[in-house]
Amino acid sequence: MNHGTTGARRTYIAVYAALVALTIVTVSVSYVDLGMMNVVVALLIASAKASLVALFFMHLKGENRLVWGFALVPILFLLLIIFGTLVDTQLR
Amino acid sequence: MTGNPETGRGYLAERGWRSWAYTLDHKRIGVMYLLTTIAFFLVGGVFALLLRLELLSPQAKYFSDHTYNVFFTLHGAMMIFLFIIPAIPSGLGNFFIPMHIGARDVAFPRLNLASYWVFVAGFLVVLASLVSPMDTGWTFYTPYSAKTGAAVATLSFGIFLIGMSSILTGLNFIVTIHKLRAPGMSWHRLPLFIWGMYSTSIIQVVATPVVGVTFLLLALERLVGVAFFDPAKGGDPVLFQHFFWFYSHPVVYVMILPAMGIVSEVIPVFSRKPIFGYAAIAYSSLAIAFIGFLVWGHHMFTSAMSPLANAIFSFLTFFVAVPTAVKVFNWIATLYKGSITFESPMLYALTFIFLFIIGGLTGPFLAALSTNVQLHDTYFVVAHFHYTMMGGTVMGFFAGLHYWFPKMTGKMLNEKVARIAWALVFIGFNVTFFTMFIVGTRGMPRRYAEYVPKFHAENVVSTVGSAILALGILVMMWNFVQGLRKGARAPGNPWYALSLEWQSASPPETENFHEVPTVTAWPYGYGTPKGPPA
Repeated sequence: MNHGTTGARRTYIAVYAALVALTIVTVSVSYVDLGMMNVVVALLIASAKASLVALFFMHLKGENRLVWGFALVPILFLLLIIFGTLVDTQLR
Repeated sequence: MTGNPETGRGYLAERGWRSWAYTLDHKRIGVMYLLTTIAFFLVGGVFALLLRLELLSPQAKYFSDHTYNVFFTLHGAMMIFLFIIPAIPSGLGNFFIPMHIGARDVAFPRLNLASYWVFVAGFLVVLASLVSPMDTGWTFYTPYSAKTGAAVATLSFGIFLIGMSSILTGLNFIVTIHKLRAPGMSWHRLPLFIWGMYSTSIIQVVATPVVGVTFLLLALERLVGVAFFDPAKGGDPVLFQHFFWFYSHPVVYVMILPAMGIVSEVIPVFSRKPIFGYAAIAYSSLAIAFIGFLVWGHHMFTSAMSPLANAIFSFLTFFVAVPTAVKVFNWIATLYKGSITFESPMLYALTFIFLFIIGGLTGPFLAALSTNVQLHDTYFVVAHFHYTMMGGTVMGFFAGLHYWFPKMTGKMLNEKVARIAWALVFIGFNVTFFTMFIVGTRGMPRRYAEYVPKFHAENVVSTVGSAILALGILVMMWNFVQGLRKGARAPGNPWYALSLEWQSASPPETENFHEVPTVTAWPYGYGTPKGPPA
């Protein structure tokens, strides 16, 4: 949780730059027609950005296993709702 | 802000509305939740009586069809969102979680107070929606809810706020249970009420955001015209049902798990026996919370879901019965050869088991695809739901109220009146709702103001039952008021219970305990009949 050290500041700036770069990639890719893959690419980039925010800005990187558990378990439920809904909408 | 032990009024010593409105004491916040939710229980009950009044006759007589639709919508929405979801977790949970684990308060007292006032803001918005009251049913199904002239956006925003409050409370409890347990209070020494509340809190935190987002999507569709659910614009009305039930099915476990926790506390105390199968009951709560997330599709078997999805959801639904039955068998095994006494909390706890078995065993009929198609949207579903939620959760809630009334208020209830009220509630409930199983299997659909005359006799019986039930609840409320005004002074531990909340004064002082207790054993070591704990 060393908010102020030079090393931490450098990390934050690097993460910020990565987030800006990934945003530019998201916007650029939206102009290329990849069919269904457009959604997949957009979601992958968004997930990468969210992971960067959680790991560095929200300090998940240095947390203990309990906090990691609470961060990861909701993702399981997100996958559940996506899977359960797709089983219906894609196979009707 | 400390309660003065000299007055004997404990945490209730301070007077004036400010001492309540700004309180950070989990007990006072719990009491405020209890009073608010019980008020909505009574209002929702009045709507139910109006519905039963209309159904006295096969032809619509007293109210227009629209008014009838409004009444069943408000009955459902109020009972679910304003009473049954918050009553046990936010009311009794707030009061007793810290006391059960030997803590002085919840982990975030200010967040706790905030969650209450967000809840108040939510119900004020819900009341504002009565200007143009909802007629969609409590389920808000699209496409009708996207088109009706009623105040759908307002009501759903009110419920969104109530959901926020629910998330904050759940989060607070999870952190409290992880971080504030007294020395020696290991996970396997936790009272089973806490296991139930912990499982509940996880559902509240994980599932509630989904319904919040769903209502935002619905509001966007109504207000801005973004088509999420309108098929004419490429939306999918069944998608709304997926989102809605992804929350609203697990939330029935938010309702029932805390009630199961109360029953697990009451039964050993009034059987004077250690709870049977502690670990099985504890872990079955977590199992129910998890499996509860896998079964939402069973509400949609007749909504033209894909056959594979139907089969998967049907198959998974049967699994919920397993951990539920584990609990019931363990409670019965606890009773076996116990020194059972039938004080009012025990009567309600036993009623819970009896009615919940009926409610539970009618579940598999609805889980099976073949019978579900026949029974869907009939009174069978209404009966099943009320046997689990009113026969289960509300009876558990009543058990908790009677069990903890001496601790919360420092006064004893009139036991004789409590038993009369229980008898009226038990008889009234069964007369009202068992009849609905019968008309349901014979094909009477729910949510209509009129019905074919062949169901007339059963509906008259059901309405008479609802009047008996209402009388029982009125007697119970009267008994609570009389207990508060004139009840005999309660000793610290009138039931000779072993759990930590009973080791404080009645009512407890603001900090709960003079010293944070050190826990050396689990709370179910009963051995001597009716004697003080060894």
